[in-house]
Amino acid sequence: MSAGTASPLLASGTGGDGTAPAMPGLSRSWRRGAGRTGGRLVLGILIPLALALGWELAIRSGLAQGRLLPPPSRVLGTLLALAQTGDLRLHVQATLLRVALGFVAGAGAGILVGALTGTLPLARHLLDPSLQALRAVPSLAWVPLFILWLGILETPKVVLIAVGVFFPVYVGVSGAIASVDRKLVEVGRIFRLSRLALARRILLPAVLPGTLVALRTGLGLGFLFVVAAELMGASEGLGYLLVDGQQFGKPDQILAAILAFAGLGKLADGLLVLATRPLLRWQDVSRGVL
Amino acid sequence: MLTIQDLSKTYVDGTRALSGLTLSLAPGEIVAVVGGSGCGKTTLLRLVAGLDVATAGSIRLDGATIDGPHPGLGLVFQEPRLLPWLSIAENVGFGLGDRPAAERRARVARALDRVGLADHAGRWPRELSGGQQQRVAIARAFVADPRVLLLDEPFSALDAVTREDLHRHLLALWAETRPTILLVTHDVAEAASLADRVVVMRPHPGRIHETVALDAPRSGDAAAQDRTARTLRALLDQSLAAPPRPVAQTA
Repeated sequence: MSAGTASPLLASGTGGDGTAPAMPGLSRSWRRGAGRTGGRLVLGILIPLALALGWELAIRSGLAQGRLLPPPSRVLGTLLALAQTGDLRLHVQATLLRVALGFVAGAGAGILVGALTGTLPLARHLLDPSLQALRAVPSLAWVPLFILWLGILETPKVVLIAVGVFFPVYVGVSGAIASVDRKLVEVGRIFRLSRLALARRILLPAVLPGTLVALRTGLGLGFLFVVAAELMGASEGLGYLLVDGQQFGKPDQILAAILAFAGLGKLADGLLVLATRPLLRWQDVSRGVL
Repeated sequence: MLTIQDLSKTYVDGTRALSGLTLSLAPGEIVAVVGGSGCGKTTLLRLVAGLDVATAGSIRLDGATIDGPHPGLGLVFQEPRLLPWLSIAENVGFGLGDRPAAERRARVARALDRVGLADHAGRWPRELSGGQQQRVAIARAFVADPRVLLLDEPFSALDAVTREDLHRHLLALWAETRPTILLVTHDVAEAASLADRVVVMRPHPGRIHETVALDAPRSGDAAAQDRTARTLRALLDQSLAAPPRPVAQTA
């Protein structure tokens, strides 16, 4: 079976045409794929690398002081020092745990409520106007209330992140359900699928692409909100490193924390894309054409 | 036997799509419905398929009233409507969920073979041309051996060569189990080459204008088919020129 070909219902053992791909072809295609990935990686870091080098040179040549914006070498040194003392691991773990808990709670609730309002008109008329109004409230406005209700420990932080994740996931899922092609639903009706079977065999796969985009947006917002949550008063976490750096005048630590945030956010997004890519192999997308 | 009795459909906006249509189809018969835009061809098919509900009248299949999608009916839409997340084989077997896996595989393989796509079983729909996708849709409708097959202009978006090819595949599949076929088309030549009987409809509201029984259906006699097509075209022109039926006034 060639890459990107569906798993055949009929075929047994080998590919749809009954033959196994030859190793040299596979190896060539793998090398081509790896080459393309490498090329994309180089392109992706080209601009940040050029900016960092430019700034480093500007400071070393005396064109800039670098007191408030330290050179990349110092930022990397700080990051390395934090890693060597084990502090970085501690802060990264704390931040990741909060994001993970908030993301699971917010995305779970967003999918559930989005599915409800997307499929049941009564639920839509009942819930959607209130949720849309709540969505318009800046999430940071909830902070005083969450502190009042839930204290200053972990719970309000996770809840704030969950709120941040909930809304894009909710809007994405309910929107994806609302835009499912009526013609495909009619195919299910012609084959007399029950409501449950229709949801499982037509709606679920049809809303999957939109849901995954919503989850990616939600995850990004999870990282955005963890900073706000950790600014609420934390003794560990990358957000804490930011506050600590500001209070003690350590811009290199602030930038090191920002770098760590960028790396973690990109890594988490990449993992989500990687984990869900097999589910979307069927899509006829323009990537690779444009 | 498919029996349509006094079938009418008025939409919520007041549009009368069909009015008092009566038609019977014998087992194994191929009946083509031709007509201009707005004469209710697709409405008729959707009502028979159970996708819409009639305002008045009845549809019966072997005596049983049809008021929703029925296991004895198959439908091929104007577009292939394949599920993009399923392979070609999975699309063809979509309606066979309740059958044993071995039977499902055998039926799918046979249906794909009949439409000449046996070696495309593992592909995604996006990898097939429009004509190939429509062949898959036809195989999907045939695979469960429906007693009645409804075809809603399934060849209208295809070029002439592909259309001819699909006619051949359709007739090959039909010859195996000989289901009753109700074919909606705007192509009189297609109706003349495939049908036993052609129903010409007129619009506003949709109703039967004339029914033409073919002397030697599917004979392959090009001259005879051409004559029939000319007759149908004349009837079609006549149906479109006919004044609309006045709307009944209520006191």
